[in-house]
Formats: sequence, C-alpha cells, structure tokens
Amino acid sequence: MIAYVFRRLLSLCFVLLVVSLLVFILMNLVPGGPFTLAERGYSGAALENLERKYGLDKPVHVRYINYLTSALQLDFGNSFSVAGNPPVTELIARIWPVTFQLGLYTIIISFGLGIALGIIAAYYRNGPVDNFVTFVATAGIAVPNFIIATWFLLIFGFQNGWGVESKWIIGPITPNGSALLSWDYVLPVLTYALAPLALVSRYTRSSFADVLTADFIRTARSKGLSERFIMLRHVLRNALIPMITVLLPQVPNLLTGSLFIEVVYGVPGLGKFFVTSIFNRDYPMIMGLVLLIALLWGLTYLITDILYTVIDPRIRLGETKGA
Amino acid sequence: MGAGQSAGSKEGAKLMEQRSLARDALRRFLQNRLAMLGAVLLTLLVSVAALADVVAPYGLNEVDFSIVRLRPFTDPSHILGGDGVGRDFLTRLIYGARTSLFVGMLAPLISFGFSVPLGAIAGYRGEIWDFAILRVIEIATAIPPLLFAMFLISVTGAGLGNVIFVLAVTSWIEPARIARAQFLKYRETEFVLAARALGASERQIITRHILPNALTPLLVSFTFAVPLAIFAEAGLSFLGIGITEPTASWGKMVGASVKSSTVIVDYHLALFPTVLVALTMLSFSFVGDGLQEALDPSRGD
Repeated sequence: MIAYVFRRLLSLCFVLLVVSLLVFILMNLVPGGPFTLAERGYSGAALENLERKYGLDKPVHVRYINYLTSALQLDFGNSFSVAGNPPVTELIARIWPVTFQLGLYTIIISFGLGIALGIIAAYYRNGPVDNFVTFVATAGIAVPNFIIATWFLLIFGFQNGWGVESKWIIGPITPNGSALLSWDYVLPVLTYALAPLALVSRYTRSSFADVLTADFIRTARSKGLSERFIMLRHVLRNALIPMITVLLPQVPNLLTGSLFIEVVYGVPGLGKFFVTSIFNRDYPMIMGLVLLIALLWGLTYLITDILYTVIDPRIRLGETKGA
Repeated sequence: MGAGQSAGSKEGAKLMEQRSLARDALRRFLQNRLAMLGAVLLTLLVSVAALADVVAPYGLNEVDFSIVRLRPFTDPSHILGGDGVGRDFLTRLIYGARTSLFVGMLAPLISFGFSVPLGAIAGYRGEIWDFAILRVIEIATAIPPLLFAMFLISVTGAGLGNVIFVLAVTSWIEPARIARAQFLKYRETEFVLAARALGASERQIITRHILPNALTPLLVSFTFAVPLAIFAEAGLSFLGIGITEPTASWGKMVGASVKSSTVIVDYHLALFPTVLVALTMLSFSFVGDGLQEALDPSRGD
C-alpha cells in the first residue's frame, strides 16, 4: 500500500513535469510576449530592458530550466501583469480562498442535496421525488452554466463590487479577512451547483437502485434485518463504490472554480485570473495556476483509489498490472 | 472459405445475432418516446442547418439599421426581431444552428478519429504500447479540458477552424479510454481466439471481430460528445475567444445580450439562443440515452 502510494506520487511528479514542459513550450509559441502587446505601448530600449529584467531575452530551454530550478525551491516567480508584481504564490494564496469558498458551498449544496434526493428517489421509485430528480437531472445539463449565469444577471440585475461589508451574511473570522458568506455568493453558488446537483442525484439514484434490487438485499430482508440496518450496512456501503468514481473527481473541479461563473459574475477567483493571465501573457501566473490544478487533480485521483480499498476490501491496490 | 467451415458458421451465427440485436435495438428505440422526440428534433435542426441558405429569410450579414434591437413579434417581416447591429435575428439563429452542429459534429469526429485507434492499439497490443498510451492519458487528464482549450485558443487564436481543432484535441481522452477498455476485453474472448486459431489476420480480427462489438459504447459516447462540443464552442464564443464575427454562434449571441445592453436589457437576444441550445442538448441526450438502452442486449424485453 505504502509502496503503491509512493509510486503513484512519483508518477504524479512525472506528470507535473511533463505538463509544465508542455505548457511552457506552448506558451512561448504564441507570437508576442507579455510586454509586446500593443496596448502596453512599450517599444525599443524599454522593451529590451523589461525583457531582460524578466529573463525573456534568453532562449526557451534556458528559461524553462531556470523556471524549473526555482520552482523546485518553491519560487514560482512574480506575476507580470498584476500591479506591484506580487509573487505568484502570494497571489494564488490571495485569490484561491474566494474560489475555494465558492466551490465548498457548491459542493455542500450539490452533494448534500443531490445524495439525499438520489437516495429518496431510488427508494421510492416513480414517486414524486423520483420524478423531481429526473427533472433536475435533465434541466441541470440542458443549459450550460454561463447561460444560466447570464439569465440570473439579466433577471436580478448586475452585480457590483465583491465582498462589500453590507452584503455579509457571516463576517470574516480574522481581521481583514474575507467574509465567510456574503450575498455575493448566492447567485454564483446556485448557478454553479445546478450541473453537479444533476450529476450527483442521477448517479446516486442509479447506484442505489442497482444495489436495492440486488439479491443480497433480498436475503437481508428475508433474514428479518431491520430496514435501517440494511440501508446503513448493506446498501450504503455497496452503493458508495460506483459513486466515488464519478463524484470525487468533481471535487477538484469545483474547488478550482468555473472560469465561466467567475467571469460572468466578476468573482475575483482562480478562474477569472486564469483567463486574464492568458490574455495578458502572464507566464508565471499561467504556469502556477496550471501546476496547482494539475496537482489537485492528481491528488484527487490518488485519494479516489485509496478510498476504494477502504470501502471495498476486495480491491487491492498495486497488484493489477499496468495500474 | 472451404477450410473455414466452423469459422463460417460461427461467423454466420455472430452475424445473425448482430442483425437481430440491431433489429431489436431499432424496435426498442422506436418505442422510446423521449428518444424519438429527440431524433425528430435533431432531424429538424440538422435539416434547417443544412438548408440555412434556403430557409433563412435574409442574408447572414444583411444589415438594416431600422431593425436594430427590434422586439420580436412586432414586425411580420422580421418575426424574431433584430440583433444589436440590425441583422434579422431569425436568420442569425438559423446560421447559428449551422455553426453549432458543424463544430459539434466535426470536433468529436476528429477526436474519435485519432483517439479510437490510439485506445485500440493500447488495448489490443498491450505491453509497452499500453504503458505509453496510458501515461499520455494520465498527463492529459491532469488539466481540465476547458482550461486547456482556453489556453490552446490563446496560442492558435480564435476562429471556426481553430475552435474545432482545439475542441478535438481536448476531448480525446474519453473515447480513447473506452476503445482501450473494449479492445482489452474482447482480445481475450473465445471468438477472437477462435478466429486467430483459424488463421484470421490481425487486420481481420480487429475490423471484423472486435470493432463491431466495441462500436456500441463508442456510438453512445459520441452522441454525448456532440452536445459537449456544442457547449464548449458556445462557451468559448461567449467569452469572445471562439467563433469570430461575422459567423453566427448561439453562445456569442447570449454573450452579446449582456455586453451590449448595460442599460436596456434585450431579453429576446438571450432567450432564443438559450432555448435552442437547451433543445439541441436535450435532443442529443435523449437520443444518447435511448441508444444506450436500446443497444444493451441484457435488456431482454
């Protein structure tokens, strides 16, 4: 088990390395650098000086090796485009909490509600809750979230200012921190939660429905076990396995944010910064964000695989070929 | 064929079984009301998109300043009103269908075109091939497709061709995985073993024996890949980095409805494309669900 986890972590490092190389090369294929964009208005000696300052005058492979050596020392460079050129790590530490909070509330709502709805729908099949789940599962995937966000904006008006004190529902716990919950979160979370809610309720329903009709549940019933005991010990445990495969990968997805939600609602989070960084050719920010996201995804897949063994003791890690 | 007496009958049996599965599937599909509704809507959409030049009441870029932001259902000659720069909105919507379906079909076709052989090689050959292709899949999984698509667009630039290319490049993992799993599964089956024992060539085994069996999950996956590509195109266009003017795109229309109307809201400019996107998405997922159920031989009814 430990050997397996170690090998997976090693493989994750390899993945990060290749991803960084790939993104670095692609990034530098783009004609024009961060300071040659027309609206910046740099030219001649000023441009040359700037490029020398940020090491952009060196060839790509030298720059990549420089980046890699400093990244290994946890120095991911300074942002080119954000005022004051803060270090990328500092900037991410500042903007990620917003996205993280947004994702966390979305996960709580979509997973909590979705699993509850799915279980009830599977238990009382063709009942009103079941029909509702079918409706939500269909509606939630029918329209992409940026269109829903647009409609919320059209209906409820435009959102101005993020994290203004008058909109706090639960204020910050640390002085100068951001509010734990403010009205600003309501529309983005609602929009954001719809698609995962559809997915979660649909998978919970089908996963529970499969187990509920299994032979061993009938056996358990005929033995006279209490319904509560059957649901908790027999159904829940078995239904969780297929759910983990599908649902856990949603977590890093939600925690790193939807760029659409953030762009439409003007949420100052990772997704929006990713978009602006791409437009501004802010190389260190792009690299930092991509590596962060890749790391989160890799770790989630690892955790998913480990959770399997916890829930289903029949599954042994590291023994299958080519895993 | 003389030597292949038993192979012939075996293959004959298999063919018969396949044919009856297809007929069964068709019958089940025809009985599925939602799937049929989806199929009818899709046929309608595809024909309107294909015949856009004939069906559309005006030219794609015909501008009439008197209908700038004209409300729908007020002028019978422009039923759905006009957009922000005075183009007939119905015409734009019809051409938008063409763009959506074109991107939606072509991007998955390209991605399936290279990912299915890739997955098939990994599953069929195994060993070093499988190892190498699995590593590539692992690396590609590390970045969410949409972020990667955005990033690639910043490299290639916006435009119809680039959008299709970028979406094809970022959506190949799922079909490759499915193809790999299918080939891995059927490689070891008895009918493949029998075919090999009777001297069938690699090529015959792959194209005649394994591929027909692997086709079902790939087909279902394709019907779900199309609306995803449509969503992605709409999303990129919504952000202003997808389809460029003057090509019509539903996503761009929704985006324009917010940007152009900071004071007065033109609901209709957002409403019609929203409804069309939703209808297209639902039609594809109904057809996909219907296909999945119809092609599942374990459903004996």
